[in-house]
Amino acid sequence: MQISFDSLTPLARSAVPATSTRFAPELVLWEETLPGGCHWSGRVRRGNTLRLTDLSGQANVAALFYNFEDRNERYNMPDTLKAQHTALLTKGHALYSDMGRILCSIPEDSCGWHDTVCGVLDAARTRTFYGEARYQEHRNDMHRNGMDGFLVELGKWGLGKRDVVANVNFFSKASADAEGRLRFDTAHRAAGQFVDLRFEMNVLVVLSTAPHPFDPNGTYDPQPVTLTAWRSGTAGADDVCRHSCPQNDRGFINTERYFL
Amino acid sequence: MSIVESTLDPACAVIDDTVAAGEPWMLRIERGQVLRIVDIEGNQAVDTIFYNARDPLERYSLTHTIQAQGGLYLTAGSQIMSSEGRPLLTIVADTCGRHDTLGGACACESNSVRYGLSTRYMHACRDSFMLAIARDDERGMRKRDIVSNINFFMNVPVTPEGQLSFEDGISAPGKYVEMRAEMDVTVLVSNCPQLNNPCNGYNPTPVRMLVWDPL
Repeated sequence: MQISFDSLTPLARSAVPATSTRFAPELVLWEETLPGGCHWSGRVRRGNTLRLTDLSGQANVAALFYNFEDRNERYNMPDTLKAQHTALLTKGHALYSDMGRILCSIPEDSCGWHDTVCGVLDAARTRTFYGEARYQEHRNDMHRNGMDGFLVELGKWGLGKRDVVANVNFFSKASADAEGRLRFDTAHRAAGQFVDLRFEMNVLVVLSTAPHPFDPNGTYDPQPVTLTAWRSGTAGADDVCRHSCPQNDRGFINTERYFL
Repeated sequence: MSIVESTLDPACAVIDDTVAAGEPWMLRIERGQVLRIVDIEGNQAVDTIFYNARDPLERYSLTHTIQAQGGLYLTAGSQIMSSEGRPLLTIVADTCGRHDTLGGACACESNSVRYGLSTRYMHACRDSFMLAIARDDERGMRKRDIVSNINFFMNVPVTPEGQLSFEDGISAPGKYVEMRAEMDVTVLVSNCPQLNNPCNGYNPTPVRMLVWDPL
């Protein structure tokens, strides 16, 4: 018999809330704005949600995720895509680790397409696209790139180049044609769009708001994003992500077993 | 998709190995040497990661590869890029026409999600990768060094709407892909044992690995 949520023991089921919690202002824990081009990292605990809000409708938020307690376990793009038969992320999707567990899930999203395959620019390609802009001449308006932002933040937690894998680019869309050629698309973008990342594990989150590698805008003009942490609890028994496909039902079981 | 045949003669190869389904294979090849992977019986996925042989911290990067060519699939002319933005290898011949960058390797843990918790105990590519690096005393590689791989001969189309599927292979018996090393590289292969989807035609089969010295 296939194991599913309904076949779990009463004790295992009782560890899952009956319903998922919707956002309310009184649930907010903290909020801050990450300027364009900058990088951030922090621990987000299981049961808290990080809401990313694209203030201008032109932001890109490159993101990597690690199990905080065992940083060998990390976000895995192929496992995430294969489990859900998708190349993009949006509402109802889960972000899987390489250990078959759900690091975080997306119960709300007003953008509709988050890129999973394009990666980040490094220093050399940023120079090629945007020219040189050093701190010496430009102070904090210098050109920063996603790869260096990742490496700086990862280093603060004892991680480094070994730990850089394919990242998510929240708010950015690059769609593929029949031959797999990628095209950057902004038609769906609007100021104020947000995505909720509900953490199902204790996770080290690493973010960069440097430009997306396929952004055709020739001017270096990365945009800010607001981070709003709120107390959501974990996915309920009725949750949209749990029920979006049988794979996610099993992914949540794997994740919940880790904390029983 | 471009079909380019090779003129190299297998009788002149300096390495001619057969890798059974479900087995790992690891080999250092030198700059200028040419590696051919032959899909002997057809529809076989060959999960492959490349490393700079002198420094395994520099390794195949799917995002650098996708950025360099502006597209998802690999074929003749594609450069396989490293995490430092340098070409590891160039695909010089290809009779299959399309190879996957997104599907990654099967793992016991992801199988449990995709096909049911009881499939955790079926053999998977990640176990082959883990065993190959655990047996290898020379390079000191660990789980963190196992990054997203190329799937030669595998067909994972992405639609303009962003759907991704595993399709029956477009490969066939005897099709091959051939690549020239642009630096000294370590090749790590898992000949895929997946039985739960059509990536191996539900029948994993051996592949042949040929290496030629520079002309």
